[in-house]
Amino acid sequence: MADLTTHPDEIKVVSKRFGQGAAEIDTYLKLDGYKAVQKALTMSPDDIINEVKASNLRGRGGAGFPTGMKWSFVPKDTNKAKYILVNGDESEPGTCKDRPILEHDPHAVIEGVIIAGLAVGAKVGFVYIRGEYRYLVDIMRKAIADAYAKGYLGKNIFGSGKDFDVRWHTGAGAYEVGEESALMESLEGKRGIPRIRPPFPAVVGLWGGPTVINNVETLASVPHIILMGGQKFADYGPPKNGGTRLFCLSGHVNKPGVYELPLGYPLKKMIYDVGGGIPNGRKLKAVVPGGSSTFVLTAEEAEQMNMDFDSFGKRGEFLGSGGVVILDDQTCMVKFALRVMKFYQHESCGWCIPCREGTDWLKKTLTRFHNGGGLRKDIDNIKYLAQNMLGRTFCPLGDAAAIPTMSIVDKWRNEFEMHLEGRPCPFDPAAKITELPVVGAH
Amino acid sequence: MVISDKLDKFFDEKMKEYPTRRSFLVPMLLYSQDEVGYLSDEVIAYLAKKTELTELEVRNVISYYSLLHTKPMGKYHVQVCTNISCMLRGGEEILDHCKSKLGIGHKQTTADGTFSLEEVECIGACSWAPAVQINYDFHENLTNEKMDKVLDQYRSKAK
Ligand SMILES: Cc1cc2nc3c(=O)[nH]c(=O)nc-3n(C[C@H](O)[C@H](O)[C@H](O)COP(=O)(O)O)c2cc1C
Ligand code: SF4
Ligand code: FES
Repeated sequence: MADLTTHPDEIKVVSKRFGQGAAEIDTYLKLDGYKAVQKALTMSPDDIINEVKASNLRGRGGAGFPTGMKWSFVPKDTNKAKYILVNGDESEPGTCKDRPILEHDPHAVIEGVIIAGLAVGAKVGFVYIRGEYRYLVDIMRKAIADAYAKGYLGKNIFGSGKDFDVRWHTGAGAYEVGEESALMESLEGKRGIPRIRPPFPAVVGLWGGPTVINNVETLASVPHIILMGGQKFADYGPPKNGGTRLFCLSGHVNKPGVYELPLGYPLKKMIYDVGGGIPNGRKLKAVVPGGSSTFVLTAEEAEQMNMDFDSFGKRGEFLGSGGVVILDDQTCMVKFALRVMKFYQHESCGWCIPCREGTDWLKKTLTRFHNGGGLRKDIDNIKYLAQNMLGRTFCPLGDAAAIPTMSIVDKWRNEFEMHLEGRPCPFDPAAKITELPVVGAH
Repeated sequence: MVISDKLDKFFDEKMKEYPTRRSFLVPMLLYSQDEVGYLSDEVIAYLAKKTELTELEVRNVISYYSLLHTKPMGKYHVQVCTNISCMLRGGEEILDHCKSKLGIGHKQTTADGTFSLEEVECIGACSWAPAVQINYDFHENLTNEKMDKVLDQYRSKAK
């Protein structure tokens, strides 16, 4: 369904089976399928974890936490049931990379779950897929059933004497459920309200048992790491930023699409070469580097960035989820900030006051601003409100709403000024986002 | 029975995979809604009994999830994404176009019950924007003209 695109700079590891019918188990087997699990069954749990550590694989869900290290936090001496939970909630605006994995290579995810289970001593894995992705739930259901039929799941997998079960599960529409502790609540049949940490899921997770939560792409990378060796995967990327990842190019580029590129790939090349540049002879204004929760980059910044975790980390920013959104010079940054805030206001679970009230106030203020009712003091007020959400909430959604907002106010203050004193939006005089009544003075 | 025996059996099988009775509740709500059209009082009572929860607890879960509805929707639920990647490529224009073509607004249903419309958040089609989901089917790289064709297809299917 999702169109496939390709570019010569791509290094196809996770995407190597895309478009080859590997959702069918027999085709998957011809393409080295289920070899990684069989290899892992000959390895000790520590060997598996060390191989993943050597690969420098970092979580592809957004936070970039080292995967091998996450697995090593699971206690060995416990008699509680342990679980692997695959995060397929994919809802971060700009992100559409787990979709092609689940569509074209579902067995790679199943293999990743089994290997993670072998590494931490879990016997059950759950694949949670967002409710909107029903066709992918159906693909995963069939893949799991086929794997059981072959004896790759269930009792005594591959005649190893070990048992492993994989279950599928689906959500019903909620961005916040992608947050790992909310994900567990949802899987337990509840509202997706996060849990207070500590304890961390690796110690107390699903139904109280130690739980490893990883993104779809993270786990789909694991079988390749086991087969090629951690070092080889690591070598594709810069130090401490192993491998390749799927980047979803969207917005104002000539060739949007999902491309697998090595970490550290220059963003400038990604936009102009892989993405084919900006359409309609326009110029670059801004880039959202990894989903709507990341700091927005100016054109100048973007043209100097390399796409790896540490290049962003040393600026105090985030590489994020792989969703690279390109904005041309005709984009109104006030409107953009408003649309982003509208999203977070809608998705806030309402538990923490700074997030619940902050996103609402910001949405109202930005709406008024975009409609020409902005006051000069509002510009600082927006920044102040956003800043006061940072670090003051139970889950990172509050930060995720504050971060893009703060960076837009800092970098495009002039555009806010252009909207002052009842002037129409300079980029769209017939501005459309008007559904909120302009009330109150906050 | 409010839902088909087949679905009920499927729920029983799936519930065995979890350590608690309520764990499979969210998918059960969604699959029941798919069959019945919406989460009626009867469906809620049935699922409350099945999971050994109160109806209030079930309603509490329903209200959290944006795909779940307690009122009937159109036979074809047109969900237009206007989040960032879609907005940059004309998602709002597609939404306006749907509003005028169908003569309904956000979260409204046509008089004949064929279509309902909703502006939605990112549906994971950002690289193929602007995108719309009708029930569970994705329609991507849309223009107003393509959107017309898509709506026509559903309209003739409805007859
Ligand atoms: C509001 C919010 C939404 C999130 N959504 C997702 C998501 O859709 N998919 C995902 O893999 N991670 C998501 N995450 C990150 C998860 O909490 C978690 O870090 C991740 O699943 C861990 O897997 P990884 O280490 O393999 O990346 C989200 C986090 C937050 C705060
Ligand atoms: S930060 Fe927002 S989404 Fe996260 S727990 Fe608090 S209110 Fe809920
Ligand atoms: S922003 Fe519309 S599908 Fe992602």
